Amino acid sequence: MKQQLVLVGNGMAGMKVIEELLALAPERYDITVFGAEPHGNYNRILLSPVLAGEKQPDEILINPIDWYAERGIQLHCGKAVTVVDRDARIVRTDCGIVQPYDQLILATGSLPFVLPIPGRDLAGVVCYRDLHDVEQMLSASRQFRNAVVIGGGLLGLEAAYGLQKQGMAVTVVHLLPTLMDRQLDATAATLLQQTLEARGIKFKMAVQTSALLGTERVTAVQFADGSSIPADLVVMAAGVRPNIALAQRSGLGCERGVLVSDTLQSSDARIYAVGECVQHRGQCYGLVAPLYEQARVCAAQLAGNSEAFYQGSMTSTKLKVTGVELFSAGEFQGGDGCDSIVYQDAGAAVYKKVVLRGDKLVGAVLYGDTVDGGWYFQLMKAQTSVAALRDSLLFGPVSEAEGGGQQAVLDWPDDKPVCDCNGVCKGKIVETIRGKNLQTLDAVRAHTKASASCGACTPMVEQLLAAAVGDNYSAPALPAMCSCTTLSHDAVRSAIREQKLLSLSQIFQTLAWRHADGCDKCRPALNFYLLAAWPGEAQDDSQARFVNERMHANIQKDGSYSVVPRMWGGVTNSHELRSIADVVDKFQIPTVKITGGQRVDLLGVKKSDLPGVWADLAKAGFVSGHAYGKALRTVKTCVGSEWCRFGTQDSTAMGIQLEKLTWGAWTPHKFKMAVSGCPRNCAEATIKDFGVIAIESGWELHVGGNGGIKLRGTDVLCRVETMAEVEEYCLAFMQLYRDEGRYLERTAPYLERVGLAYVQQRVVHDAAGRQLLAQRFRDSQQHFQKDPWAELASPASRERFIPIVDLS
Amino acid sequence: MLDSNWLAVGLLRNIPPQGSRVVRTEHGEIAVFRNSADEVFALLNRCPHRGGPLAEGIVHGRLVSCPLHAWQVQLDSGEAKAPDIGCVPRFPVKVVGGEVYLGLPAPTTSRARLNTVD
Ligand SMILES: Cc1cc2nc3c(=O)[nH]c(=O)nc-3n(C[C@H](O)[C@H](O)[C@H](O)COP(=O)(O)OP(=O)(O)OC[C@H]3O[C@@H](n4cnc5c(N)ncnc54)[C@H](O)[C@@H]3O)c2cc1C
Ligand code: SF4
Ligand code: FES
Repeated sequence: MKQQLVLVGNGMAGMKVIEELLALAPERYDITVFGAEPHGNYNRILLSPVLAGEKQPDEILINPIDWYAERGIQLHCGKAVTVVDRDARIVRTDCGIVQPYDQLILATGSLPFVLPIPGRDLAGVVCYRDLHDVEQMLSASRQFRNAVVIGGGLLGLEAAYGLQKQGMAVTVVHLLPTLMDRQLDATAATLLQQTLEARGIKFKMAVQTSALLGTERVTAVQFADGSSIPADLVVMAAGVRPNIALAQRSGLGCERGVLVSDTLQSSDARIYAVGECVQHRGQCYGLVAPLYEQARVCAAQLAGNSEAFYQGSMTSTKLKVTGVELFSAGEFQGGDGCDSIVYQDAGAAVYKKVVLRGDKLVGAVLYGDTVDGGWYFQLMKAQTSVAALRDSLLFGPVSEAEGGGQQAVLDWPDDKPVCDCNGVCKGKIVETIRGKNLQTLDAVRAHTKASASCGACTPMVEQLLAAAVGDNYSAPALPAMCSCTTLSHDAVRSAIREQKLLSLSQIFQTLAWRHADGCDKCRPALNFYLLAAWPGEAQDDSQARFVNERMHANIQKDGSYSVVPRMWGGVTNSHELRSIADVVDKFQIPTVKITGGQRVDLLGVKKSDLPGVWADLAKAGFVSGHAYGKALRTVKTCVGSEWCRFGTQDSTAMGIQLEKLTWGAWTPHKFKMAVSGCPRNCAEATIKDFGVIAIESGWELHVGGNGGIKLRGTDVLCRVETMAEVEEYCLAFMQLYRDEGRYLERTAPYLERVGLAYVQQRVVHDAAGRQLLAQRFRDSQQHFQKDPWAELASPASRERFIPIVDLS
Repeated sequence: MLDSNWLAVGLLRNIPPQGSRVVRTEHGEIAVFRNSADEVFALLNRCPHRGGPLAEGIVHGRLVSCPLHAWQVQLDSGEAKAPDIGCVPRFPVKVVGGEVYLGLPAPTTSRARLNTVD
């Protein structure tokens, strides 16, 4: 008869033992698994992406329930083992199941540490450990506003990020003055805090939580100094404790964790223990990589290999917060007997520190640029002498590889571990890439699991991929527009031009779109490409336009709209102001504001009032402000030579002239201009898509500026003498951008993509080309420069803005 | 043929294809969508995320993308599409002889005011 093997704890470490064991000795045991959670085992690491809405719960399952049945494994899920009777060699569950064993594995993980403070039992107070906790947080995020996370470590920050992505206002409360104090030094921790603050997460550092307030549901968190902050959800992420209750009750030797030897056996030789519940050579581990190493050794032992030993692990950490690059490993603090080498670029928020003891690398902290993390970690684990590399260590393996290049990675020993989470070594990866002819990182992830968990080894996997695929490996082609097609933006545009496609349905048919009517990503882009390529001929489809362009107004967060009447060059008069004031009164518009582009914004207009507002404004002579479209927005001006004592040219007139020429023009993204009357640049022309600055001898033209999320100053395109030249260059530049910019690509990234020299070649040096571009712009304006308000304010169109039926 | 809860709310051709019209009811605004295959759906006009007006979203296939933050909501179930989680109430709706009928929880007929131009 087969031996009976029982696993208590259906989590990451325990099930890894079973998987490895099935690979080594599939016939040796009858296996029974007990798990207190009501599902198959899942990748606990990926709870954070689930909380952040980046993954679905079923995407993080490692093995669904069928998997167990197919392998003849008896799974009792939702059942906790309460007794291990070592004399009788049986385990019992809370619900009365009795299961005999010959060998037993304990993998009960750990329990979150709950601060022993008043109020910890209130509704709305949760830990962060399993799927159930995530469900509770998600459901709270749909009903409540304020979340407080207690604990500024890895878990706490991931919880904070996830909750914020779910729309909550999040404050992280931390006992110490710096975040992730067990993984980061003060410099890296400060950078991290700044990044997260910039994203809107609030911090309260160096405070002690003394109580949670509320009667049924938590309402506030109180601190030792008596102050408090409001909270509808409190997440305790203040640490974990190995879950050793069962082991203790069964009389096994325990300290902080269940004591195990190098063979992963507990004080009872029939009972193995792995995972977070274990203490080995004085260490407890809370990360997957070491637990998987334990699991492999334990499986080998159970398969009969008595030579397999576990000797402890070195660990490294990454934070799974999208867009935050952070890596830490080993003795990152440095200190006595160590040398630290530090690189810091405050502007780019990059910080790197490596710690050496003698000629060995013993620790590293990277922030902002973590590409080399995996490489450092390998050097640390292998205890390689880095004496020869010392000078270039901070610049990563690039310099090391210069001698060997790609061959160097292929020369790594086959058993060199690459992905620690999943225990995949170099040989396996290269073999799979070649055997299955894999070309992309995603494919390697799918087939080997390497780099599929925490991602720390991604750079190494990419290197292997590049080296293995050799000359055939090219940087990934331009990404597809969206999931409706494999074609890139550029490819679709050339098809539209070359095959003279004139409508969305023609595109969908000719280019074999996967979804009959595209999606919200491709339809607006395609509609723009059609209009830009074939003005006057292509069919404009209002259902392919984003609501702002369909409504000629800007949708606001409460579903109301804002309307910005166009005021040429920012100049207005008493008649216009009076009509605006009348509209405000008549439609009871709650807010009137001056915009950053020197226009008047009427905020809080009801959808059903829009046609009325437009009609009245149109009567007063206004056209739409396009303050909402992917189109020319405004031309900001200063008062220039007409009024200013410094002004050298009439910047206001120039601005009005440019606005009259270009309003109504659709562009890949919004397009803003400004004209200043002298180099003092009061109109801030150097952060606009097209900026004009008057100089003594004429005008200086600027392009590619952006004041938005990513600030970019303009590049100087050239200097010209006359106003007519300013116009021609401006139109030529706009047309070039309209021809070549990808939808939703502002001029700043466009300019960086194609290069200033290229734009100068097309717009400045090639006079004939410039005139042609400008002429094409003028031609298309015949079709686009129509007052959209006049069209939509007509009674027939008004119908669309009111309910089809009113039953209320 | 129609039970008392079915309410005529206007003609199908008054709803633009890949668009929607709103019906104002005592249960709140209901958005009646028509997709490119002329299928008709009705959802409460409130995105499960932050209450965005789904009626103003872009309709594609059996999905509507919310105009505020582009959550995609399934027209036939009211469920948000993964990775987002949430759902919005949906209402029965059918087209008989070119006329759109909406099934409402309780009969509320007398106060109906038809705003269709026809
Ligand atoms: C949100 C989050 C993010 C994380 N991120 C990372 C990361 O990025 N990188 C990393 O390396 N690690 C990360 N970790 C840590 C990692 O998930 C754990 O180290 C790992 O899951 C521990 O594995 P385990 O098998 O020891 O315990 P677990 O995976 O917790 O499994 C233990 C299982 O045993 C069950 N159990 C306990 N007692 C009993 C009983 N008496 N009877 C039956 N069943 C029982 C429990 O219900 C549980 O399902 C993260 C953890 C969390 C919570
Ligand atoms: S930019 Fe020059 S001309 Fe214009 S307002 Fe400023 S100082 Fe005066
Ligand atoms: S309100 Fe709909 S996506 Fe945010």
